[in-house]
Amino acid sequence: MATKEYENYYVPAQSHWPIVGAVALFLIAIGAANFVSNMNNEESGVGGYLVIAGIGLVVYMLYGWFSNVINESMSGKYSHQMDNSFRQGMSWFIFSEVMFFAAFFGALFYARTLSVPWLGGAGNNEMTGAVLWPEFKAVWPLITTPGGTETTQMGWYGLPLINTVLLLTSSITAHFAHSALAKDNREGIKLWLGLTIVLGVVFLFFQVQEYAHGYSEEMQLYLTSGIYGSTFYLLTGFHGMHVTLGTIMLIVVFIRVWKGHFSSTNAFAFEAASWYWHFVDVVWVILFVFVYVI
Amino acid sequence: MTTENIATEQSDHDSHDEHHDHKMTGVKRWLYTTNHKDIGTLYLWFSFIMLLTGGALAMVIRAELFQPGLQIVEPDFFNQLTTVHGLIMVFGAIMPAFTGFANWMLPMMIGAPDMALPRMNNWSFWILPFAFGILLSSFFMESGAPNFGWTFYAPLSTTFSNGSTAFFVFAVHIMGISSIMGAINIVVTIMNLRAPGMTYMKMPLFVWTFFITAYLLIAVMPVLAGVVTMVLTDTYFGTSFFDAAGGGDPVMFQHIFWFFGHPEVYIMILPAFGIVSTIIPAFSRKKLFGYASMVYATSSIALLSFIVWAHHMFTTGMPLFGELFFMYCTMLIAVPTGVKVFNWVATMWRGSLTFETPMLFSIAFVILFTIGGFSGLMLAMTPVDFQYHDTYFVVAHFHYVLVTGSLFSIYAGAYYWLPKWTGHMYSDALSKWHFWCSLISVNLLFFPMHFLGLAGMPRRIPDYALQFADFNKWVSIGGFAFGLSQLIFLVVVIKCIRGGEKAAAKPWDGAEGLEWEVASPAPYHTFSTPPKID
Repeated sequence: MATKEYENYYVPAQSHWPIVGAVALFLIAIGAANFVSNMNNEESGVGGYLVIAGIGLVVYMLYGWFSNVINESMSGKYSHQMDNSFRQGMSWFIFSEVMFFAAFFGALFYARTLSVPWLGGAGNNEMTGAVLWPEFKAVWPLITTPGGTETTQMGWYGLPLINTVLLLTSSITAHFAHSALAKDNREGIKLWLGLTIVLGVVFLFFQVQEYAHGYSEEMQLYLTSGIYGSTFYLLTGFHGMHVTLGTIMLIVVFIRVWKGHFSSTNAFAFEAASWYWHFVDVVWVILFVFVYVI
Repeated sequence: MTTENIATEQSDHDSHDEHHDHKMTGVKRWLYTTNHKDIGTLYLWFSFIMLLTGGALAMVIRAELFQPGLQIVEPDFFNQLTTVHGLIMVFGAIMPAFTGFANWMLPMMIGAPDMALPRMNNWSFWILPFAFGILLSSFFMESGAPNFGWTFYAPLSTTFSNGSTAFFVFAVHIMGISSIMGAINIVVTIMNLRAPGMTYMKMPLFVWTFFITAYLLIAVMPVLAGVVTMVLTDTYFGTSFFDAAGGGDPVMFQHIFWFFGHPEVYIMILPAFGIVSTIIPAFSRKKLFGYASMVYATSSIALLSFIVWAHHMFTTGMPLFGELFFMYCTMLIAVPTGVKVFNWVATMWRGSLTFETPMLFSIAFVILFTIGGFSGLMLAMTPVDFQYHDTYFVVAHFHYVLVTGSLFSIYAGAYYWLPKWTGHMYSDALSKWHFWCSLISVNLLFFPMHFLGLAGMPRRIPDYALQFADFNKWVSIGGFAFGLSQLIFLVVVIKCIRGGEKAAAKPWDGAEGLEWEVASPAPYHTFSTPPKID
């Protein structure tokens, strides 16, 4: 039995999708670099167009590449072992994402427990406080920076709380969709998966509302509002990007469900998307606690 | 399914692959390839080109430092040279070379038909040339290349950086994506594609070291991506991560960077351990001494590497508790490393040794890497590090571990497997010239740097006080000689590809492993059916 699995391991023939993807990443990278450089010098350039072209090429590449993989999968070229490769690959990809967020959470914790108190004179830094910014009060959230920029705190009730409930609910509906798949209940999958997508989209909508509120005259919470604004926007922003990516994954899976793909035994893409969804959910819970509540 | 069916299906499958082998020729073969051997070759050539590029930058650095005073380059351009030299050697030369070894050898060593995710494998290679294209192109921009050192400390890389920082950031992002995908592929291949019967503790040590390295990569490359992103937003979007006036801290940059950076140095040395642990037993005609202890030592080095990062930062004014913690943890790494050195020596003890070129490089590795390890131990001591910090002593230390460590192991591995890759034996005489010229010149190049550092010469300066002149002259002569010696290797490889004595399937009588059971050169597809492991 074990031997048989190895003999069927599918090694694809040459593919042009990776090189298309490499060119796409190249366009995005030089485009984005050119764009931000010009933005700083207040010049106009081609950077933005290159980024758009690159993203278009990425979408084209993903469409073509995944079509190949889906066709190979549907025509039964894949073995149980291949399925394992995909699953392990996805798990390690999610782990790498965890570490990406860890860098930003690390920055948040460092600022809250070390650098801000030190600026206020904690530890052996009495002279830092006394000489550099004697007026500075070390509190979190850092409403007034040592440099004197003022801002306000984003409360945890209201939109963030609603968003937490939405995302937690969506994790549950995603799980129900998964259970429906295990029972081959097609209508159930469509219902629960559709609901998950709707919850994800509503979450993103509220997130945009929240940002608009933050950037309003009333709150004046900007990226440039010191370390509080920096950590707030980069953590929630990267989380939002991951929710967007997760929603796109779920939509692709949803379309495939309508096309009759997936069965209780062959559903890697479905499960990968749902793992990813649970992952963004967990990140949000940690984020909600440490960015908003505490 | 009966045996007969399996056999027919297998041959169908083979002829199917055969068909694809010959369909693509010329440049398309390399652009579209999903074959682990092709991709391994691409990685190895790319890394060698990068080695020569980064080496050329180093030659200019050494030419400027040949005598005191400013002769050849402006100080700002000098900073660009040291920065890009470091980035290219770390991310362009050493890491891709090891990925090249992984691609070529891992599937053959574990009896797998290919890497687990072959198309992604192609992608992770082909984004690399683009990343380095972006990085190198910044030399031709108005603002010049990045000039803040390969460690891009804030605020040098934020408040005081030149206009090409965004290009640097996105180039590093692409390198990171490449490394993560490559690492995922390695982990999945090893976990999922081992031939039946090859349990974890039966894997060659080479496979083990790449396995552990790949974990380190998946864990820390995203942190590098995070920290360059913060540099980008601090520079261009007005965030305050590394700006004290906004409540951030430039030292925080160093913490996040070195949380990536310290495991990174093990990413560049653990595979070297694997290569050397393969070669020393082969030419000692003995089993590797203490295989299990090697596995555990490698794992503990990897684990410890996550809790030692701040030993790069002893002079930043950390709390005393932090300094002590990081000092003791760092010194603890000497224990598993000592186990390894002991095991290599014990493997050679009473073996019937012969000194073919791979073995010469491996023995040089053991001795010279140990020198680099000992200077590391000196740097690990907080009080003395206050004297050594940012001097040429540090430069000597990490060049001993990276050049005579990692690079020598890469040469050892390349000579060891060249017959398998090309089907020809390399020119023994030329390879010995390469070894002896490299060995002598590399020590002339790096050993006096210890004295320079102890005497107080700071690193990353284009000019220096007169009392350092004599040593610097010798260092530069060693540098030029070492640089030229590497061209011998290029000649050896090209000659070996074009012809030479036919290599047997197993040209080294003491060698062990599945890769020697297939023909030389290795067929395009190996182990479509897994071999039987006893």
